[in-house]
Amino acid sequence: MISKEFLKNVKWTRKDLTNLQSLSIDELEEIFSLAELFKESVVGGEGKLDYLHGKTIVNLFLEPSTRTRTAFEMAAHRLGAHVITIASSASSIVKGETLRDTAKNIEALTTDMIIVRHSAAGAADYLAERLSIPVINAGDGAHAHPTQGLLDTFTLRERFGKDLSGKKITILGDVLFSRVARSDIHVLKKYGAEITVSGPATLVPPSIAKTFGVRVTYDLREAVREADAVILLRIQHERQDMAYFPSIAEYANIFGLNEMREDWLKKDAIIMHPGPINREVELDSFLADSARSVILRQVTNGVAVRMAVINLCMAAKNKASI
Amino acid sequence: MNGISKKFSKNLIVRGARVIDPQNGVDEVSDVYVSDGVFVDKFSGPAEEVDARGLVLAPGFIDAHVHLREPGQTRKETVKTGTMAAAAGGFTSVVAMPNTSPAMDNAASVKLLKEIVSSDAAVRVYPTGCITVGREGKALAPIGSLKNAGVIAITDDGSCVQNNELMKRALEYANMFSLLVMDHCQDASLTSKGQIREGEYSLLTGLKGWPNAGEDIIVARDVILSKYTGARIHLQHISSALSLEIIKGAKKRGVKVSAEATPHHLALSDRCAVGYDTNYKMNPPLGSEEDRQALIKAVKDGTIDIIATDHAPHSITDKDKEFDYAAFGITGLETAFAVCNEVLVEGGHITLNRLIELMTSAPAKLLGLKSGALSEGYAADFVLLDPQKSFVFDKTYSRSSNTPWLGKTLKGKVEATYVGGARAYPF
Repeated sequence: MISKEFLKNVKWTRKDLTNLQSLSIDELEEIFSLAELFKESVVGGEGKLDYLHGKTIVNLFLEPSTRTRTAFEMAAHRLGAHVITIASSASSIVKGETLRDTAKNIEALTTDMIIVRHSAAGAADYLAERLSIPVINAGDGAHAHPTQGLLDTFTLRERFGKDLSGKKITILGDVLFSRVARSDIHVLKKYGAEITVSGPATLVPPSIAKTFGVRVTYDLREAVREADAVILLRIQHERQDMAYFPSIAEYANIFGLNEMREDWLKKDAIIMHPGPINREVELDSFLADSARSVILRQVTNGVAVRMAVINLCMAAKNKASI
Repeated sequence: MNGISKKFSKNLIVRGARVIDPQNGVDEVSDVYVSDGVFVDKFSGPAEEVDARGLVLAPGFIDAHVHLREPGQTRKETVKTGTMAAAAGGFTSVVAMPNTSPAMDNAASVKLLKEIVSSDAAVRVYPTGCITVGREGKALAPIGSLKNAGVIAITDDGSCVQNNELMKRALEYANMFSLLVMDHCQDASLTSKGQIREGEYSLLTGLKGWPNAGEDIIVARDVILSKYTGARIHLQHISSALSLEIIKGAKKRGVKVSAEATPHHLALSDRCAVGYDTNYKMNPPLGSEEDRQALIKAVKDGTIDIIATDHAPHSITDKDKEFDYAAFGITGLETAFAVCNEVLVEGGHITLNRLIELMTSAPAKLLGLKSGALSEGYAADFVLLDPQKSFVFDKTYSRSSNTPWLGKTLKGKVEATYVGGARAYPF
């Protein structure tokens, strides 16, 4: 159980979390320490806490999501908050209402926090600038997915220890359209990890190397040979208006990770995936369900990390308004 | 046409300004005489006098690329507000792009615009017509009738003709009337989803990239078609370094191609979009710093023929949106001189005289206007400038305020604008 004293002593001052680039190591450590404590309570069966009793959080999900939406709902619920989820098909956005008006109305309904998922990059920053209540980014276009970056880092630190310097992490797949890849790269580089990215050149442009300070290779074997962890990305059909590679079969042939390629991996290398998995495309069932896979651990950690983020941003807002 | 109805005194003498008239090679302190709305050598008798000591007197600026939005999009701009912004920015002539509602693809629409202009405009307005019907890139608009209705050029601005055969025919056909064709160069298959320049900042922001190749391919096509048909073509708002190389090479070989640069592409680069501020969203998008430096160099070496603003007003509703959904474009008439003065003149790249040339006699020559100079017998369109004066750009006369310079301090102030010898600004 976390003492209220602990929560009083946090230094976190941000009401919003829209990206990981701007976070300091101290701020990240605060999230991770709190997430550890919340994980103990989650896994320890402590059930519902009451930190956010009386608060109402709106999950504004304007793009399909199961895992992230449910994880945020679960996190808010476990903190004692009431959660209302608005999905795009049910919202006024389909009637032509602007994002600004939708969000301003949600705020006017006396909501205490908005968690937003949107197909347009920058949408969370757009709301954070315009609303006085906290805004947490649950994924905006190809820009950022900060809580995924946090839960991936949290999971890697559980496995490899808190210092990730020199650890070799490979991100594989649709990097160009991936907010997960961007958030992972930003946070993992802060912890000193060495990042390799790989995938078809149409989805992994060579200039990514310079822009993000990562290694780029188009040889799958080379990409995974020294990796301590391989993070697979889902091939995102819905964001592709054109074929970026010839076919799903071709993708699986050239970049799919499967049983036959397991011996390309280091003996203790782990496999991660933000989900949902396209089985037999980027990853086969053998590896997805093997002992190397920490995919379900990621999901559980996602609840703890999101509890930490929700709690910190809400506390920062309350502190600011005192 | 372009009737400027304001009253002016019969005789006017502007005294003591540094008179810069690039076309006539004039740069000296002298008095300028205006009689019956035209420049004259001298006269005797009573006259209104303007004390312009300490100021620069130059020909009125000419903007070959302006969106006045009327008819049809008056929530963004009207002929009245757009030309007020022009006057405030020192422009005495503006070329109105044809992407109105309805589009300027028929003589009746041009006639309507001219009627609005004759009653509302604060400066001279020259309409353009469309290349294709509805700017759809499918069938040629009635180009000859448009010419007879008074358009100064044709363009499908914003919707570049994609079909090469159709573009070839447009050049051949317009050339018959010596009508200038202007092109907004972009290959839609490469650029139609793009939000900002493809490169470091599209990767960082996750915004869809608009690659330089999208511009370069059409610039190359237009150069090839111009050479093939012998027709002139004017390339609008060039933003890519390779496009400038292509244009430079074409000019060397005598191809009849000209090109314009906007103040925003000269002053800003794609880095500006990192905060998702939609006042940095324009079409073509801001180039890389390398593109920007190449553009400045092209202004210096003459590859760029004129400065044009691409003044593109949009309402708050059109701009205050997610970056992906916001409209492309910024206003530019009121800031063009100051921004270019800072970047090009204060930046040590060109002289003030050359900047004035790029905004006056150069566009006049390109458009075939008897304007852009202080020559005797020319309409007395002129501007009084204080290039050293800093000011806060805190008031716009445009109906829209979509510009990143609003609230910023700029150097190079337009003090007064005269059209046909009558004061058009201050209002």
